[in-house]
Amino acid sequence: MKAPLSWILDHVDVPAGTTTDEITDRLTLTGLKLEAIESPGRDITGPLVVGRVLTMEPEPQKNGKTINWCTVDVGDANGTGEPQGIVCGAHNFAPGDLVVTVLPGGVLPGGFEIGARKTYGHLSAGMICSARELGLGEDHDGIIVLPADAGSPGEDVRPLLGLDEETIEFEINPDRAYALSIRGIAREVLVSVEGATGFRDPALRDTPAANGEGHPVVVEDAEGCPVFVARTVTGFDPTAPTPDFMVRRITAAGMRPISLAVDVTNYVMLETGRPIHGYDADKVQGALVVRRARDGERLTTLDGASRTLDPGDLVVTDDSGIIGLGGVMGGETTEISGATTSILVEAAHWDAVSMYRTGRRHKITSEAGKRNERGVDPTICEAAADRVVELLVEHGGAQAHPGVTVVGSAPAIAPVEVSGDLAARVSGMDITEERSVECLRAVGCEVTGSGTLSVIPPPWRPDLTDAQDFSEEVIRLVGYDLVPSVLPTPPSGRGLTRPQQLRRRIGRTLAGEGFVEVVTFPFIGTEDLDALGLAPDDPRRDVLRLSNPLSAEAGYMTTTLLPGVLRAAGKNVGHGTTDLAIFETGTVTLPRHSGPAAILPVDRRPTKEELAALDAALPAQPLHLAVVAAGDAVAGGWWGAARPVSWSDAVDAVRSVADALGLEVTAAAVELAPWHPGRCAELSVDGEVVGHAGEVHPKVCDAFGLPRRTVAAEVDLDLLIARAVHLRQAPAFSSYPVAKEDVALVVDDSVPAAEVEAALREGAGELLESIRLFDVYTGEQVGDGKKSLAFALRFRAADRTLKEGESAAARDAAVALAAERTGAVQRS
Amino acid sequence: MSGPNTDYDPVEVTPLKSEEVEAMREAALAAIAGAADLDALKQVRLDHAGDRSPLALANREIGALPPQARKEAGQRVGQARGAINQALAARQVVLEAEHEERMLAEETVDVSLPTTRRPRGGRHPLTLQSELIADLFVAMGYEVAEGPVVEAEWLNFDALNLGPDHPARTMQDTFWTEPADHHVVLRTQTSPVQARTMLTRRPPIYVVCPGRVFRTDEYDATHSPMFHQVEGLVVDEGITMAHLKGTLDHFASQLFGDGITTRFRPSYFPFTEPSAEVDVKCFVCLGSGTGVDSDACRTCRGEGWIEWGGCGVVNPRVLVACGVDPEVYSGFAFGMGIDRSFMFRHNLEDLRPLFEGDVRFSSAFGTEI
Repeated sequence: MKAPLSWILDHVDVPAGTTTDEITDRLTLTGLKLEAIESPGRDITGPLVVGRVLTMEPEPQKNGKTINWCTVDVGDANGTGEPQGIVCGAHNFAPGDLVVTVLPGGVLPGGFEIGARKTYGHLSAGMICSARELGLGEDHDGIIVLPADAGSPGEDVRPLLGLDEETIEFEINPDRAYALSIRGIAREVLVSVEGATGFRDPALRDTPAANGEGHPVVVEDAEGCPVFVARTVTGFDPTAPTPDFMVRRITAAGMRPISLAVDVTNYVMLETGRPIHGYDADKVQGALVVRRARDGERLTTLDGASRTLDPGDLVVTDDSGIIGLGGVMGGETTEISGATTSILVEAAHWDAVSMYRTGRRHKITSEAGKRNERGVDPTICEAAADRVVELLVEHGGAQAHPGVTVVGSAPAIAPVEVSGDLAARVSGMDITEERSVECLRAVGCEVTGSGTLSVIPPPWRPDLTDAQDFSEEVIRLVGYDLVPSVLPTPPSGRGLTRPQQLRRRIGRTLAGEGFVEVVTFPFIGTEDLDALGLAPDDPRRDVLRLSNPLSAEAGYMTTTLLPGVLRAAGKNVGHGTTDLAIFETGTVTLPRHSGPAAILPVDRRPTKEELAALDAALPAQPLHLAVVAAGDAVAGGWWGAARPVSWSDAVDAVRSVADALGLEVTAAAVELAPWHPGRCAELSVDGEVVGHAGEVHPKVCDAFGLPRRTVAAEVDLDLLIARAVHLRQAPAFSSYPVAKEDVALVVDDSVPAAEVEAALREGAGELLESIRLFDVYTGEQVGDGKKSLAFALRFRAADRTLKEGESAAARDAAVALAAERTGAVQRS
Repeated sequence: MSGPNTDYDPVEVTPLKSEEVEAMREAALAAIAGAADLDALKQVRLDHAGDRSPLALANREIGALPPQARKEAGQRVGQARGAINQALAARQVVLEAEHEERMLAEETVDVSLPTTRRPRGGRHPLTLQSELIADLFVAMGYEVAEGPVVEAEWLNFDALNLGPDHPARTMQDTFWTEPADHHVVLRTQTSPVQARTMLTRRPPIYVVCPGRVFRTDEYDATHSPMFHQVEGLVVDEGITMAHLKGTLDHFASQLFGDGITTRFRPSYFPFTEPSAEVDVKCFVCLGSGTGVDSDACRTCRGEGWIEWGGCGVVNPRVLVACGVDPEVYSGFAFGMGIDRSFMFRHNLEDLRPLFEGDVRFSSAFGTEI
């Protein structure tokens, strides 16, 4: 809400010398937050005065333009009292006119410094100003010609043009709809600014009583429209201009001046907070009827939009049908035009919820709707309508029709019981009951009783419904800045949960392994899933769709972290970071295709079953980890050659995480997008698949702008964390000597090393302490389609030194089992 | 022609002649002293103390001497050999030390060579900021609560006193999911975690909930469709706004430095009543609003205070919806943007680097902030 200060001060007095900053500081502390103070003349300095054009000599120029060489009486503002010679390019004025003159030394908006300068053969000492040059709008058709009685030459022109007006922009919270009006703001000044007095309520006026002579109105839905006031003026002059003060105030408040009739309704809305609708009375046929719309009814609203109405919409009809969307927007057929001479003024109170729904349904945001849906004082309809009539009569030459229609009345407001010490208990401050009562009365409440107070909120505060709401009113007036600072004493906590600790450990582990964490948005589109090369029936294509995504490419919640990390990796490569290792942890969204999530009641705790059903209606959201690495894993340097990343780095990243959780990961070959079909590992823990790792498919690398051989992994961290070893057992070491045996086994290429190792491990028996694959060889010596796997085996007994031949026997047993299981042949 | 071969043609020493033994000893000691390195000393040892050295040969002769001469000769030769062996051992120690010293000197490297074989890893600064905040509260005895980001409408709104027709719903531009009648949203705030906490625990409750939240804001320098919040919730007997103020003052001083306090301004949130905006005293200008060269402070734009978040006393309606008896318990709640806190704490003016995944950004913060 933007409010010109002069308008506020029309309705409340502050002690002389109170600065604008002091007023806004206080209002900010009591809840009307200052956004900005604007002043149209802020960027204008120096002499800007009324000038009277004395002479005006048109002088045609070679460039085809005609300039006017003028002498202007600026009183003694120029220090000499002599006429000022000024060249002016505009022609919309004549000798004798009063104009706006800026003298040398003045500065106009944009830092435009005015001096005396030679131009068109004259010394032009100043400038005659247009509205645009003063920052007062875009009008540059000519200079401003002031009314003949505006002032005398030499007088400061700023007050005449409203250039010295300060407009205060407040941020209004949704519960303070009353502050969307000068009335409400002035009242806040009264209760907030020390020494403020003399509140003059613009909605407090004597209004003529209802009579049977007004325009007939029938309200069929009294719940939707409890009060409807109609007044009429006739003989209105549609050409009458809107007075300057009104144009300035409406403009300052952020609205556009349109015509006197419309401007008056807006002016009264800004002043009182009560939205007003004006109909061209000559176009209204018969009685106004307020009812709910019927299915399929249509209306073309003032903005030209043809709308299909909903049975929830409140409408105003006449004999011709629907003529307006009550409280939200009028219709085209009865719109006030440049020929309107009779105006039917509607000031009605509408049900706020209905207003909110209609506004949302039809996507209409308007100044009227904003107020009606937040709640307006229902008791001021007659006053607001009367004020409109008064202004139309005063400025538009109209006559007030004697008829006054008032249908319905403002609903009674029930008292609320508020404990006298509630404000003290809520705030932790020493606030007496007397002080509470004083504050509540200051904001307009009627308070009776003691101990337990009976409080009736004022009609402009529909937000005050619960006892606790009243405590806020008291505390804000006592002062939020006085709330003491006291630390509560929580009971001993249990610290981070184990999963929370483990998640941190996972992040630290990966960072220690050289991976950099990234955070990306979880939104994807079909293009991302296609770029991954996912098969049409891939479960990762089963996505949760957003109803209102920011773009079609971000229409779904992602089922995999890979698009995000691959995109991020591509960007890094694009930025020249070609050796790269990144990771991301985040939840993915896996739809369960279950039923809707119920809207439960709020007046009680939901049952366990209701809560379980709520959770079951949500998609599964497991925590995933994704890693991507590209370029060199180890840089080349004086120590030797670079080592490019390989599929094994992706697997090892997952193994490092598993190690940190005390888990062992096994890898098995699998074909799965987006990985290279021959270089993808399915990773399992205790027989359960937890994720995949390997080299990214070349096509996917291309799609994401990544170099070939980029590697990636994605695992379900929830599965890993659930299995994390909680209490690790202390190891027992043997201090007897170790016996080492190396074996080299030749197997078919297709035999996984892990299978050979498993057979060796099993065959070697309990003396085996460790086994390590230290070489893989393919080539002539082992023949086509074969590979040689070299293992180092270490044997040791817990209780003795191994006897001669014991380790060799165990080794032979191991080789024998490997031969049996995998067809391995020991290389001689 | 060849010269005399001392190895194979040893000088004959007559053990009885003391001057000869003495000469041999002197010659040996001189050779030992003159041995320049371990190799030379090895040769000297062979020549003067080896099996075929003159003294060794002389020693063998002793047995053939007449018994009366044997003792004297034995002593003479023995003493000489002892002296030589001693000198050899001493020289060995000296030469070994010299050798080691030379070896180590030769092995000198240029320690200024680069050593980084692979880039360092790092964690995302928002993760670190979240953990830092969580730790501050865990240190006070709070626990860290969590909940899903794809959330039931009821928990994100209704349970928090934001009914279906509450104007404040439009303040939070919400991502809705399909089908619309399933009432599932991307949480617009971490507040549903508060509701979940109250629904699953009994007071006293002291929790913080950091997490991701979503709004349909176009992505620019100051808006993001995804950002991070941390909310706190306390429900206990006798909790007041003063406890809220004390907690946030403590939080502010822990995060931004000693003496940094907070300021409350009245505000509106459906789930709290009374509600307040929290400003934190600018930790750069310490509230003066003045920056370098008496220009306005850049961090707080000359205000002296920075908008930090929202807070208030838990609305009794929320307590009721979450099954907590408002006659017995009261509570407070607060919420801050983690991203926003990070931005002004670390002088970041455009939030987009937080979500672009450029490793140069995260790496700059390492593993701790």
